[in-house]
Amino acid sequence: MLAEKTNTAQLIIDKISATAGKVDFIDNDKLSKALMYLENKGIPSNKHEDYKYCNTDAVFKKEFKNIEQKLNTISDVKNYKLKDALTIVVVNGNYSESLSDKIILKGLHLTSFSSLDKEQKQKIGTLANVETDAFIALNTAFSGAGFYLKIADNEQLQIPIHILYVSSAGSEALVNPRNVIEIGKNAEATIIEEQICIGTEKVFTNFLSEKFVAENGKLKSYTFQNEGKNGFSVNTNQVSIERYAKYDNTTITLSGSLVRNNHNVVLAAQNCEAHLNGLFTTKDNQLVDNHTLMDHQMPNCESNELYKGIINDKSTGVFNGKIFVRKDAQKTNAYQSSKNILLSDDATINTKPQLEIYADDVKCSHGTSTGKIDEVAVFYLNARGIGRESANKLLLNAFAQEVIDKIEVDELKEKILTLFENEL
Amino acid sequence: MITIKNLHASIGDKEILRGIDLEIKAGEIHAIMGPNGSGKSTLASVLAGREDYEVTQGEVIFNGKNILEMSPEDRAREGLFLAFQYPVEIPGVSNINFLKTALNEIRAYHGQEEMPAKDFLALVKEKQKLVELDGKLANRSVNEGFSGGEKKRNEVFQMAMLNPKLAVLDETDSGLDIDALRIVATGVNALKSKENAFIVITHYQRLLDYIVPDFVHILYNGKIVKSGTKELALELEAKGYDEVKKQFENVTK
Ligand SMILES: Nc1ncnc2c1ncn2[C@@H]1O[C@H](COP(=O)(O)OP(=O)(O)OP(=O)(O)O)[C@@H](O)[C@H]1O
Ligand SMILES: [Mg+2]
Repeated sequence: MLAEKTNTAQLIIDKISATAGKVDFIDNDKLSKALMYLENKGIPSNKHEDYKYCNTDAVFKKEFKNIEQKLNTISDVKNYKLKDALTIVVVNGNYSESLSDKIILKGLHLTSFSSLDKEQKQKIGTLANVETDAFIALNTAFSGAGFYLKIADNEQLQIPIHILYVSSAGSEALVNPRNVIEIGKNAEATIIEEQICIGTEKVFTNFLSEKFVAENGKLKSYTFQNEGKNGFSVNTNQVSIERYAKYDNTTITLSGSLVRNNHNVVLAAQNCEAHLNGLFTTKDNQLVDNHTLMDHQMPNCESNELYKGIINDKSTGVFNGKIFVRKDAQKTNAYQSSKNILLSDDATINTKPQLEIYADDVKCSHGTSTGKIDEVAVFYLNARGIGRESANKLLLNAFAQEVIDKIEVDELKEKILTLFENEL
Repeated sequence: MITIKNLHASIGDKEILRGIDLEIKAGEIHAIMGPNGSGKSTLASVLAGREDYEVTQGEVIFNGKNILEMSPEDRAREGLFLAFQYPVEIPGVSNINFLKTALNEIRAYHGQEEMPAKDFLALVKEKQKLVELDGKLANRSVNEGFSGGEKKRNEVFQMAMLNPKLAVLDETDSGLDIDALRIVATGVNALKSKENAFIVITHYQRLLDYIVPDFVHILYNGKIVKSGTKELALELEAKGYDEVKKQFENVTK
């Protein structure tokens, strides 16, 4: 079994090594550790506790037998641009200066990985430890030429930054977008990360983002995933927040054959706050797997999670939320809730709250609910002339509203609402 | 307007409606009374197309069409309206959005275009006034957190908005204070015309003081056991159901 696992990883390494760019922004020690970890541990299968419902090894074996890395170039992304946002474009893992807006905003510094200074280089990989997860290792070993985004201390950006990740290939492919986002002391920013897959062939996109929020900094982050049938992705967010800092993320997943989100937040100092919200809709044979970790390390912090899923056909949804309260993290408030609607008898949801609490003076709670569409409500709507389809839409919209309302960028909210309704 | 012939309906193997015959013409108001559990709400639900009930015999012709074959939404689009005895709370769906969707789906069914937003809002205002419904309620989620009386008033508001041909009011008067009762009755009387009809299910004569029925029927054990004019309701008010029960217990069981 172990030999087989190593096999998949080895095959991937062999196939992409030839065309992979040189990763000279990560030090050699980390690179060799990453490769070693990958070769030893392999791509996780369902035997791996954290990938129990998300057999990535099987996905590679079945869907990515012929990785040829024929990556497409993209000449235009104007259909995806938001009107009132700064756009940063990443194509197949590489930051595209030509497709991105010119950044002339005070306090905003964008540096491509190829031009980092020493200090910035050292920061890469400090939150994403290559020896904790195969996809972190894989991304590290073959990282795309991403970017380092820094919001300077005391700067409050008035306009959202829209990072558009485009995956597109003319053969089966594997790409590894990566970035570092640093919110300085007392700085504030809104960042939208949108993931699309627009080529004719399947692409496995292995995202990795390290996000630092310094003292009293605020990051509002949105992740919008709409990769369609050809999209397979693992998205790792390694976040660390400092004293008085606030981190909010809302992840909306509308499509993608496989979407695995690893959202790990370290509440590293006192009095900081993190919120994770999620909404996903799945159909056909899709799998959306949200794994979150709130790692409370210090006292007086708060974390809150709300994930909602609408699961149709033979698809599967997963929510695994781990709350880790370390022994110093007294007076922690941590809440978690997962609510799901199954639209078909063949749909599956697996939810697992995991609370590991080592401090004694804490408030932690979690709740899970799974139901079907409320037929009594449907009949009431029917009795007013509203047909089955519209009735479902009204009710599912109502269910999703709580999460969609977290989106404070109107333009994005409207776009997502429209696309969400089309998915139903 | 509607002809109900020998209608039988059951749930599981329990027969609840056991041969209902009723003929209602345009312009008429029929009251249906009867003891608890006699099948009044079941009749209303079967007419509206609730699938929990199985129609085992009989037919219902509504404006020339056999509606038993139709989906609940098509019945509503054909002009049938049921004011629920227990209106349903739908958190997250605003009353206004709900009504807009309903109105436009009914219009689409008749090949009409969507109602312009301005006209729709004007209509909302007008009908809100008619039933003296607080404007705030219209913007809240459907029935969510409404008091019992507010829910009933909201049913009448919806009826006024959708302007049905046949409205079945299932105990719309219960839980209403005297003022609300008068308002609901005013709403019904304002909508009443030569082109439409009402079935008013009630336990109390007092509603019938305001909404004067052309006919009164007594439903007992799944059958209409007695029909008459408005005097029948007065008689029931005075004597109760004992006599009816005694007389028909054996016949119907
Ligand atoms: N879903 C159901 N399952 C089982 N029995 C039912 C169901 N719905 C109705 N019944 C039964 O059918 C009978 C008629 O009920 P129905 O609600 O029609 O009475 P009603 O005349 O409206 O009474 P009330 O005056 O109390 O509103 C009752 O005995 C009731 O228990
Ligand atoms: Mg009843």
